[in-house]
Amino acid sequence: MHAVTLDPVILGIDSSLGTAVALIEEDGVVLADEYSEDPLGHAEVVGTLLRAALSDAAHGPVGGGGATKPVTVDAVAVGMGPGPFTGLRVGIAAGRTFAQARSLPVIAVPSHDAAAAQLLLADPFADVGRFAVVTDARRREFAFTVYDGVDDDGLPARVTEPALVPRDDIDDVLAALGAARHDVVRISAAMVALVGARARAVGRTLTGSEPLYLRAPDVTMPKRVAP
Amino acid sequence: MTRETPLVLGIETSCDETGIGIVRGRELLSNTIASSMAEHVRFGGVVPEVAARAHLEALQPAIESAVREAGIRLEDLDAVAVTSGPGLAGALMVGIGAAKALAVALDKPLYAVNHLVGHIAADLLTGDDVEYPTIALLVSGGHTSLLLVRDLVSDVELLGETLDDAAGEAFDKIARLLGLPYPGGPEIDRAAREGSAEAIRFPRGLSRASDMADHRYDFSFSGLKTAVARLVEQRAGEFSVGDVAASFREAVVDVLVTKALDACARHGIPRLLLGGGVIANRRLREEALTRASAAGVTVRIPPLSLCTDNGAMIAALASELIVAGRAPSQLTFGADSTLPVTEIQVAWP
Ligand SMILES: [Zn+2]
Repeated sequence: MHAVTLDPVILGIDSSLGTAVALIEEDGVVLADEYSEDPLGHAEVVGTLLRAALSDAAHGPVGGGGATKPVTVDAVAVGMGPGPFTGLRVGIAAGRTFAQARSLPVIAVPSHDAAAAQLLLADPFADVGRFAVVTDARRREFAFTVYDGVDDDGLPARVTEPALVPRDDIDDVLAALGAARHDVVRISAAMVALVGARARAVGRTLTGSEPLYLRAPDVTMPKRVAP
Repeated sequence: MTRETPLVLGIETSCDETGIGIVRGRELLSNTIASSMAEHVRFGGVVPEVAARAHLEALQPAIESAVREAGIRLEDLDAVAVTSGPGLAGALMVGIGAAKALAVALDKPLYAVNHLVGHIAADLLTGDDVEYPTIALLVSGGHTSLLLVRDLVSDVELLGETLDDAAGEAFDKIARLLGLPYPGGPEIDRAAREGSAEAIRFPRGLSRASDMADHRYDFSFSGLKTAVARLVEQRAGEFSVGDVAASFREAVVDVLVTKALDACARHGIPRLLLGGGVIANRRLREEALTRASAAGVTVRIPPLSLCTDNGAMIAALASELIVAGRAPSQLTFGADSTLPVTEIQVAWP
């Protein structure tokens, strides 16, 4: 049985690749972890995943099988990208609105920080070394962020800010930065929540409130009127 | 839930207006609109990615101010409503993501509805008794549609629509040809004051006898656009901008009003509802009122704040669905940029 929880509960949400929703206790216990890998169906799945996460979490930690007890969410951690814009915005809109509906704080988390945390925390004793989280940015480009270990706050230590690079150039760029390539196709919402919880605990801001678009809007100028 | 007068918040993000509206039954409590129009001016038209980014930034402040203006708390809501289409897909998805999260966070039912039918529902918020069936002419930068509304929640038929540009788009394009800024509607209106509507006889699209079989209620503005472009090119500098603006506007207004009243006559329905942002055009309203009155047709024109895209009309439509006993939409729907007008509510069981 899961005892009465006093630990704050963080909702994590990310739609920078697929759509991910998770609920964790601040110390890292995962209460629910939902994911859809459909790279185009963010708007379709986000509501169902949110509802499923809340209902799963009511049963206590994943695998715990405890009695049903509605969870009270205390903060919302939102993956801010980088990622394809149309999908990325769905998770951000959902996360912010969920927070607004329940009067909760929003914690903005770079999605690559969550991916880095997942690698770094997988085996705390492994010597991971300097590496780059690399994700698809469409239009023959990758988005990447370089990390080196975990800092004193337990957060992935970012060496470079997220940036775009042509696909053909990624290996040269990473070699010059001395970073091993770590391709990521899925962002864990539990990790978004964990990174967000740790940042909040020490009062750190990880990124601004703007999504990490990294690209100006694609403007197709209206066609000239045909003669 | 108060079945007779549900408290509903509507989210509308199908184009460049972030609309949040709150209604109690047919009573309008708030109609908050944040427009990204200014950001599109330098591009001469709505840029989808710019619109979608602006929606994301405008949503929370708009919800906040709508709730404050309505004097309610989000927990008080009976339901949430959202536009699922038609419109710009990326823009619609921002509103859908927000609406789903709001409904789940508050544990309230969600109604996903049709934007065009929303324009018709806006009329319910005027406080007048609204009678169906009615013919409805919806004209904006995104759509030009002629509808037959037998019943708002169950029977809306598309009589015709534009085969190319929306009327509002045509205004924007002609304004650009004449060297006038975006948005074109008010600029063409201003220029037309200095000109004569009879100066040039521009073509009326799909109005020939041969068009009546297949396109009686459809619209086309491409031929008109080409005619204006040719004139501007041929008479380079040697024409009156006022005359071209007035004559162009007359051609658009004429075809819109003629087809709408033709639909009223052929269906024996003496009621015409006007909606959409282009209704702001004074000449269109005047001409519709004059000719409708001669034809014995009553015209309804909601206030402009309810004619342009807004969230209140989306909330109003959902409220009617609730009063009619409709179940909420399932959470699985997405954006449908070409949602047909016959789908008044999407994803209902
Ligand atoms: Zn509209």
